[in-house]
Amino acid sequence: MSEQFEPVIICFTCNWCSYRAADLAGTARMHYAPNVRLVRLMCSGRLDPTFIMKALSGGADGVLITGCHPGECHYIEQNYKAQSRWLLLRRVLKGLGIAPERVKLTWTSASEGTKLTKDINSFVEEIRDQGPLAWHKNLQQEKQEKSQHNPQQTPVEVTA
Amino acid sequence: MSKPKFAMYWSGSCGGCEIAVINIHEKILDVDANFDIAFWPVAMDAKVKDVEALEDEEILLCLWNGSIRNEENEHMAHLMRKKSKLLVSFGSCATEGCVPGLGNLFPVAELIDTAYTTLTTDNPDNIRPQTVTQVPEGEITIPAMKDRVHTLAQIVDVDYFMPGCPPESHQIAAVIDLVIEVLQGKAELPPKGAVIGAGHSTVCEECPRQRNLKAIKAFRRIQDVAPLDPELCILEQGVPCNGPATRSGCKARCPSVGAQCIGCYGPAEGVVDYGARLITAFASVIDSRDPEEIEQILDGIPDPTGQFYRFNLADSLFQAGAPAFKKNEV
Ligand code: SF4
Ligand code: SF4
Ligand code: SF4
Repeated sequence: MSEQFEPVIICFTCNWCSYRAADLAGTARMHYAPNVRLVRLMCSGRLDPTFIMKALSGGADGVLITGCHPGECHYIEQNYKAQSRWLLLRRVLKGLGIAPERVKLTWTSASEGTKLTKDINSFVEEIRDQGPLAWHKNLQQEKQEKSQHNPQQTPVEVTA
Repeated sequence: MSKPKFAMYWSGSCGGCEIAVINIHEKILDVDANFDIAFWPVAMDAKVKDVEALEDEEILLCLWNGSIRNEENEHMAHLMRKKSKLLVSFGSCATEGCVPGLGNLFPVAELIDTAYTTLTTDNPDNIRPQTVTQVPEGEITIPAMKDRVHTLAQIVDVDYFMPGCPPESHQIAAVIDLVIEVLQGKAELPPKGAVIGAGHSTVCEECPRQRNLKAIKAFRRIQDVAPLDPELCILEQGVPCNGPATRSGCKARCPSVGAQCIGCYGPAEGVVDYGARLITAFASVIDSRDPEEIEQILDGIPDPTGQFYRFNLADSLFQAGAPAFKKNEV
């Protein structure tokens, strides 16, 4: 039986727009893929790139960043900061051999429940196409290998 | 009463850390006066079997410099850990992987290929290193490369961390003074796991250059900015400077003399991922809201991954680039 790959996606939402959009989607009983875990921040500007790297290195296959539309940020221009960070982060990820498409930024207002569900669903499919990132597995596997072989017995003859 | 034992060992490294220790000038006599040097391959003759013959924890202080690049490094790390009471991860290679850690962007086979086939390499038979070789006298072995570079603390338990590439001489001298004072009962050791011989803030804090609101329309390489304003923050002049995320302690050595900080003191206190912090710092100075223009500005940083992880890749959240995880037959 070949099972479909179900990506794990972390979605950072802004308290003032996309989180409310998600709320709206909920009360309106709209459906979106269960692959996303929402994390509410006060603003997309609060999104430290560390969070994204932690998500990807800790098992996520993709990260969706959502913020208020340009010009509509509750804190005036912090979503622009998020945009610059995201563009630079993509380049760093590329250098590390990670497809930059695994981290996406979308703008959503509080009234756009439909747009948010669409964005989530299409991102889930995009990541499904990318396949698993497997970073966490890489790091875990190594830990297991390490605990299996006793380093004291490494057959290395050393004479300084 | 015999003196406590001191050791210094190097693994995957350049040797600069050893030079830095010797560079503490007459202070080195204090080391000699207070310690019995048990093992220090660069400075004196001693064999690994001499270390093996010691009791566990018989060495009081071991400065370990160098990354864990191959199996011998790993083996020695375990040995020195067992024989040392205080094991110090000394310098950037041991602490963060440093420049050897950039090898983590490639599979090992590719690294070896590059080393043995470059234009200037005279290797007509296309020979590659073998871990085991038969010679008339018997079998000789050389240690195999590990899939990727590790920091010392990823392999064994470490007591203290001393950043720097290499650590500054005045910092080394201060740490040696401290250990001697501890021996004399005049001071106490810092808590286990502490960063020693460095500051608690960022290089920017120590930097004498003037900072204003930064707003950058282009990043440029330092050689393309002539002349650099001697007073003004280097980052503000559009030249990538890693000062905002880098730990203080060097007295802002590089920006003080007109060179950008490249981050050799590693992440500042509280920074989880050095590169991530720099992404934030650099992105926040970009003076544009238009994605296309931002991309153009970012083109001025030709290798962002190298810029942000030159010293810290092996110790970053990712620890390596994707290719390093692909297993390769060497
Ligand atoms: S930390 Fe720097 S000076 Fe020390 S061994 Fe590594 S590369 Fe050389
Ligand atoms: S960014 Fe560089 S030049 Fe500017 S204050 Fe910080 S260390 Fe100094
Ligand atoms: S200024 Fe930066 S690169 Fe220069 S010595 Fe200090 S930490 Fe290292």
